[in-house]
Amino acid sequence: MATAHQPLTTAPHQPAAAAVDTAALESAFDAAVAADERIEPRDWMPDAYRATLVRQIAQHAHSEIIGMQPEANWITRAPSLRRKAILMAKVQDEAGHGLYLYSAAETLGASRDDLLDKLHSGRQKYSSIFNYPTLTWADVGAIGWLVDGAAITNQVPLCRCSYGPYARAMVRVCKEESFHQRQGYELLLALSNGTEAQHAMAQDAVDRWWWPSLMMFGPPDAESSHSEQSMVWKIKRHSNDELRQRFVDICVPQAESLGLTLPDPDLKWNEERGQHDFGAIDWSEFWSVLKGNGPCNDQRITQRRRAHDEGAWVREAAAAYAAKQSERKEATA
Amino acid sequence: MTATPMPPTAAPSAPAATPTDAPAVHTAALALGDDALVLSHRLGEWAGHAPVLEEEVALANIALDLLGQARVLLSLAGDEDELAYLREERAFRNLQLVEQPNGDFAHTIARQLYFSVYQNLMYGQLAATESALAPLAAKAVKEVAYHQDHAEQWTLRLGDGTAASHERMQHGVDALWRFTGEMFGPVAGLDLDRDALREQWTARVTDVLGKATLTVPEGPQSGAWTAGAGREGLHTEPFGRMLAEMQHLHRSHPGASW
Amino acid sequence: MTGSTEWPLWEVFVRSRRGLSHTHAGSLHAPDAEMALRNARDLYTRRNEGVSIWVVPSAEITASSPDEKDSFFEPSADKPYRHPTFYDIPEGVKHL
Repeated sequence: MATAHQPLTTAPHQPAAAAVDTAALESAFDAAVAADERIEPRDWMPDAYRATLVRQIAQHAHSEIIGMQPEANWITRAPSLRRKAILMAKVQDEAGHGLYLYSAAETLGASRDDLLDKLHSGRQKYSSIFNYPTLTWADVGAIGWLVDGAAITNQVPLCRCSYGPYARAMVRVCKEESFHQRQGYELLLALSNGTEAQHAMAQDAVDRWWWPSLMMFGPPDAESSHSEQSMVWKIKRHSNDELRQRFVDICVPQAESLGLTLPDPDLKWNEERGQHDFGAIDWSEFWSVLKGNGPCNDQRITQRRRAHDEGAWVREAAAAYAAKQSERKEATA
Repeated sequence: MTATPMPPTAAPSAPAATPTDAPAVHTAALALGDDALVLSHRLGEWAGHAPVLEEEVALANIALDLLGQARVLLSLAGDEDELAYLREERAFRNLQLVEQPNGDFAHTIARQLYFSVYQNLMYGQLAATESALAPLAAKAVKEVAYHQDHAEQWTLRLGDGTAASHERMQHGVDALWRFTGEMFGPVAGLDLDRDALREQWTARVTDVLGKATLTVPEGPQSGAWTAGAGREGLHTEPFGRMLAEMQHLHRSHPGASW
Repeated sequence: MTGSTEWPLWEVFVRSRRGLSHTHAGSLHAPDAEMALRNARDLYTRRNEGVSIWVVPSAEITASSPDEKDSFFEPSADKPYRHPTFYDIPEGVKHL
């Protein structure tokens, strides 16, 4: 049935006659997903699929934006001009990645203002990892190596996510992020090979960031509430535990060549499994940080909210100027 | 051109930043390099605080361009990190304008407007000379043209936006006006037509402020202590704090590499 | 909190190099076309990805509807004679 054309970004119009036909639409959708076809913005999709995507993409975007803070904390103190340029470019990329992701969420009918509002009021989350503080310069390296490393492990499969705009945003993000992890590793390597004090600084940072990085993959599969449906929808391609294991196996040899120790006495190679065994994660810490009791939860949201509120007059000014300009144009036309 | 006499000022003279026998081009590279370094640092302070996400990206782009210029220029005068991290406040040769704290977004835009118009004209002239800095200037002038455009676009929007933004923008251009005179002082090693520089700068800034419904500030563009001495190593109070933050980590680990 | 002055959404198209056409890169918010171009430059070409940019207000784009997919696009699928591979040419005939 022919419908009026709509702007690209609005939710698809669902024709009345098709309402009875939801089952047919749903099975067409399921078939497309099963066949690894991409779902595009104006396609019919189940409400729950849309809601899950908006929630996940928004949380991802919020994480990029909040994630600027712990690293920006060191821009003004970067110890060499080369490191300063790298760090500025990295924090800038995070703003850019947030923008790509908000755009992707907007193709589902969400508005950025609304999503930011939900972030500022605590109704939507961001990755808990950013509620930990960056206490020394080495933390910038640990974030690059471990936090970005974990993020990349999570994100690479998302490049094949069933929702087209999200998958495309992730392709761009992953391409750009490949330098983020490398710069972190290189930074830590310089410290590890440096003076005694620098080496100690690097080890201390790895000690503090290792376990929170493992928590970034989310709760164990058995306790993960959204996982199963997301796997069917191909929003998620691998389980939390699977990705966590992959990350641990990647990090162990990298830590060795860094000359740094991962703070887990139970970490060892399991010949039988062909993987590393590792110690139990303290999930009570994870849930506690998630509930708002991390070291920096308040600080992060307060800064974000302040930047947004203090920027209101700027956004209003530009909107007012644009309105005046179009009035002037009309008057002279 | 060799050493140029410093502009008349009542401010106490500062110790030389470079040995007196250093080529004049080092003095020039240091002055322009410090401008870029310090302004880049100030813009870097915006990270995570910008009024809208798109502007996070824009301000960082400008900061990165300036940092790139600073690194080339300082490397012409010596070791970039030694110069950035181990000099005392009195040895920095940047304009006082660029060290001024960010203030609100209008204040930052006013600083950007004044400085980018200057830098664009200055690099433009410099690129056409035989100076050792000419190649850097030829490359940087393209970057700076964009910085100027960014500052002008925002000056228009804030000046001719809402009543509140107009007031803030007017306050920004007024507050920084007294730091603008220093841009037209002589710098050893920079063979520029300073009269033309001042004339073109004034014409451009007047034009932009007019279009933005703002009033060109009146009053002196420099004073004994307020401005005119940054090039001689005399700075304003906030600068010492900025350097303390910038240098402390590097200085805490003497001889370490990063 | 803030007044609701969300800037409109713009679609961004980037020509990655001369000789190629503009390709959709993503979207962004901007108060007007001039700022949209500049934001697009900063956001989508900061790694040297472009030589030319178009920005279009998202609301101004007219798109075909997915509901009409069959009537719009299927009819062209059964006309193989539009493609050169449809035709048998004796071996050895050149420049055809």
